[in-house]
Amino acid sequence: MSAILETRGLSAAYGSTKVLQGLDLAVEQGGIVTLLGANGAGKTTTLRALCNMMVRASGEIRFNDRRIDGSATEDIVRMGIAHVPDGRGTFVSLSVEENLRLGAYTRRDSGVAQDYERVYGYFPRLKERRRQQAGTLSGGEQQMLAISRALMLRPKLLLLDEPSFGLAPLVVQEIFRILRTINKQEGVSMLLVEQNASIALELADHAYLLETGRIILQGLSSTIASDESVRRAYLGY
Amino acid sequence: MPACFAMPGTELLHQVLSGIANGGIYASVALALVMIYQATHHVNFAQGEMAMFSTYIALLLINLGLPYWVAFFLTLVFAFVFGLGIERLVVRWFNASPVLSVVAVFIGLLLIINGAAGAEFDYTIKPFPSPFPSNAWYGSPFMSSHEVGMISVTLIVLAAVFVFFRFTPLGLAMRAAAQNPASSRLVGVRVGWMLALGWGLAGLIGAVAGMMAAHVVYLEPNMMSGILLYGFAAALIGGIDNPWGAALGGPIVGVLENLAGACIGTELKLSVALVTIIGVLTVRPSGLFGRTLVTRV
Amino acid sequence: MATLDTPRPAAAPLFAGLTFRTWGLLALVLLFVAAAVLPFSLTNFRLSQVTLVIIYSIALLGLNILTGFNGQISLGHGAFFAIGGYTTAILLTKVTGIPYWATVPIAGVISAGVGFLVGWPALRLEGLYLALATFALAVATPQILKYKAWDDWTGGVQGINLDKPGAPFGLPLNRDQWLFYFCFAWAVVAFVIGWNLLRGRTGRAMVAVRDHPIAAATMGVNTARYKTLTFGVSAMLTGVAGSLAALWTEFVSPDSFDVFLSIRFLIGIVIGGVGSIPGVVFGAFFIVIVPNWASDLSNWVQTLALPGFLSRILVLLSSPQVLFGMALIICVALLPGGFGGIIRWLLRVIERDAATPTRPPS
Repeated sequence: MSAILETRGLSAAYGSTKVLQGLDLAVEQGGIVTLLGANGAGKTTTLRALCNMMVRASGEIRFNDRRIDGSATEDIVRMGIAHVPDGRGTFVSLSVEENLRLGAYTRRDSGVAQDYERVYGYFPRLKERRRQQAGTLSGGEQQMLAISRALMLRPKLLLLDEPSFGLAPLVVQEIFRILRTINKQEGVSMLLVEQNASIALELADHAYLLETGRIILQGLSSTIASDESVRRAYLGY
Repeated sequence: MPACFAMPGTELLHQVLSGIANGGIYASVALALVMIYQATHHVNFAQGEMAMFSTYIALLLINLGLPYWVAFFLTLVFAFVFGLGIERLVVRWFNASPVLSVVAVFIGLLLIINGAAGAEFDYTIKPFPSPFPSNAWYGSPFMSSHEVGMISVTLIVLAAVFVFFRFTPLGLAMRAAAQNPASSRLVGVRVGWMLALGWGLAGLIGAVAGMMAAHVVYLEPNMMSGILLYGFAAALIGGIDNPWGAALGGPIVGVLENLAGACIGTELKLSVALVTIIGVLTVRPSGLFGRTLVTRV
Repeated sequence: MATLDTPRPAAAPLFAGLTFRTWGLLALVLLFVAAAVLPFSLTNFRLSQVTLVIIYSIALLGLNILTGFNGQISLGHGAFFAIGGYTTAILLTKVTGIPYWATVPIAGVISAGVGFLVGWPALRLEGLYLALATFALAVATPQILKYKAWDDWTGGVQGINLDKPGAPFGLPLNRDQWLFYFCFAWAVVAFVIGWNLLRGRTGRAMVAVRDHPIAAATMGVNTARYKTLTFGVSAMLTGVAGSLAALWTEFVSPDSFDVFLSIRFLIGIVIGGVGSIPGVVFGAFFIVIVPNWASDLSNWVQTLALPGFLSRILVLLSSPQVLFGMALIICVALLPGGFGGIIRWLLRVIERDAATPTRPPS
């Protein structure tokens, strides 16, 4: 299987401060990759660099064998990459339904109406609350909304930034279970940034470990998860 | 003290209704100001001049022989393009500039448009027709037909704007872009163009205000400065980031203006606007419906 | 290159053999000599234009202290200008026994008082909102001046006429020449006050309040006191200028204090350089000269007899309003420091050249 996403020498800087020092990573078609690391390692920056948002990025980024480095965020979205940012990024003053509608903003095909039902199928709680203002939802529900909004794009690749952040363990389990379902049923590739290494390694096929802007470890998540010394040294469990 | 306390009921009613009618103009200006403020946190000091210039274009079209409403709609198109053009060509470069620079740019635009109007159309005061005949059936001693017309037009415009923002995908995208530009980009909304559209709409709404007002205050390059002040007052009363507030603030200011005019005399009406503005800003900066503004220490 | 043996030059950096300080003093001396001589080498018209530049310089100094150094944006300084002008006019025509030269400091004091009072509500208004409120003040000013209740004092719509003062002690100067010296003297006073204020503790406090108000407050700077004080001083200077202007124009009327006057003051400090003291002179020069240039320009355009469309565009471009507006936008875009910024840059370049020692090691 070829990679749906590949980077070579991806670097990024905020102003004059260099945060990423040349990353080479890849996400297989239909695969789930997780990016692990401590705070400040550069995980969020990586996702931002992929979308060309807020950072000055350099290096090669290939999506479906097409160079996308330097493209505008709005165009990258139209190519089929959906980014669920850290902090969820929901439109808090708009309703749940309006948030979803915005997710499908760039789509011109006729399948949008069914996609609402599909998404409500994954997250029935959202259907109950569809006319509610997004800001009144709980943290877990907002995360579900953020993921759903991304799904409304019918993305080929889903970027997720710390989806477990601030959520109760049971909620996190539910969300990750649904992510696995989405990946299996629709073949959506995923790049997942996480601080919660254990649950991320359960979901993902491959893992990269980031430290101060460099990849210091990579491999199958099963291998990494079973290596106790690695786990204790880098992943905290 | 004033005659205003001894005002007969019919006179009071007339002042109030007339105030509401004028309030339509102020509400439109206020709405235009709020639209731009919501998206950019800038106050468009040139809003009045943009409206005035559009009104001159309307007069031009009418003098060319076009029927009023045709000229009206063509002017709306002009005003939309005008507003959009100003954003794309001038304002967008200063979005991240310090406050003083932005204020200077807006004042610069005010001057250019004012000077251009004066140079191109001269400074003589010109009458502007009303599409509402003075002897129409809906006129009365309490409200002239033009005043009824003004309220109707304002309501139609407000309704159209509401429908646009609430029920169209573009309106939704614009709302999103104003509230959360970063997330908007992540769903593919081109935020810069949404801002430009906002300016276009604001220009359009301002033009409506200008054309309604010109019949009452007569068309000349400085006709909108006082009205702009009332627009500021209305926007502030309603809450400068709340479009509904603008719609309500307009009639409130209009009625206040008339009642104060009856009490203190009509020559001090602008001072009423001034006092209102300062009063709202110092006592309750978020207005009646706005979110609370954070005032720095 | 200095080695351990050759001591580094201990004197201040030199430019063409003299220290900066000496150059500064020389420039001042030159200025005074020029001022003494000017009234005899210029026509009355030209001289009165220079006098107007001096008057506006004082007004712009006032505005710049508030907006440039203290960060409070005022679009309404025309109101203080009006207070100064009307004070002088009223004192000279409605009140007996006050000589013209005494009306100037009185105008200053009254303006300062009003400015201080305005400064209080202004404390609660940040940047944009203060600009809005002062803009409203500027728009409302002519109407306030026309108010019937104080018609008897202000002369209503017609305003008040006064006479330019004649030279005292029978000096052989015509009125324009005397007014020039009079205004120049006041300008010296104003700039000395301004300079001292801004160079000292008060000035540093003002700038601190502008740049880091919270930090300033935690260091014990009474931000409220400094902001209202600055408003008062700023209003005082502009009021003094207004008073002198009344003598210059020989009348005051409500419509001459419209919003465009306040806007011209803003233009003056932006072009001259926000936060630049020498810049205000250039700013004043700019706002006096542009209307003159504009009419010359539009006359010249007429003579060109260009095809209608082109001619109309050029006539449009030669309207003083349009020129001012374009200058504002271009200045903010390309030259944010204004003229004062250019001067500062030049001085820095010179200082850098002067500081590099040119003596080879022995």
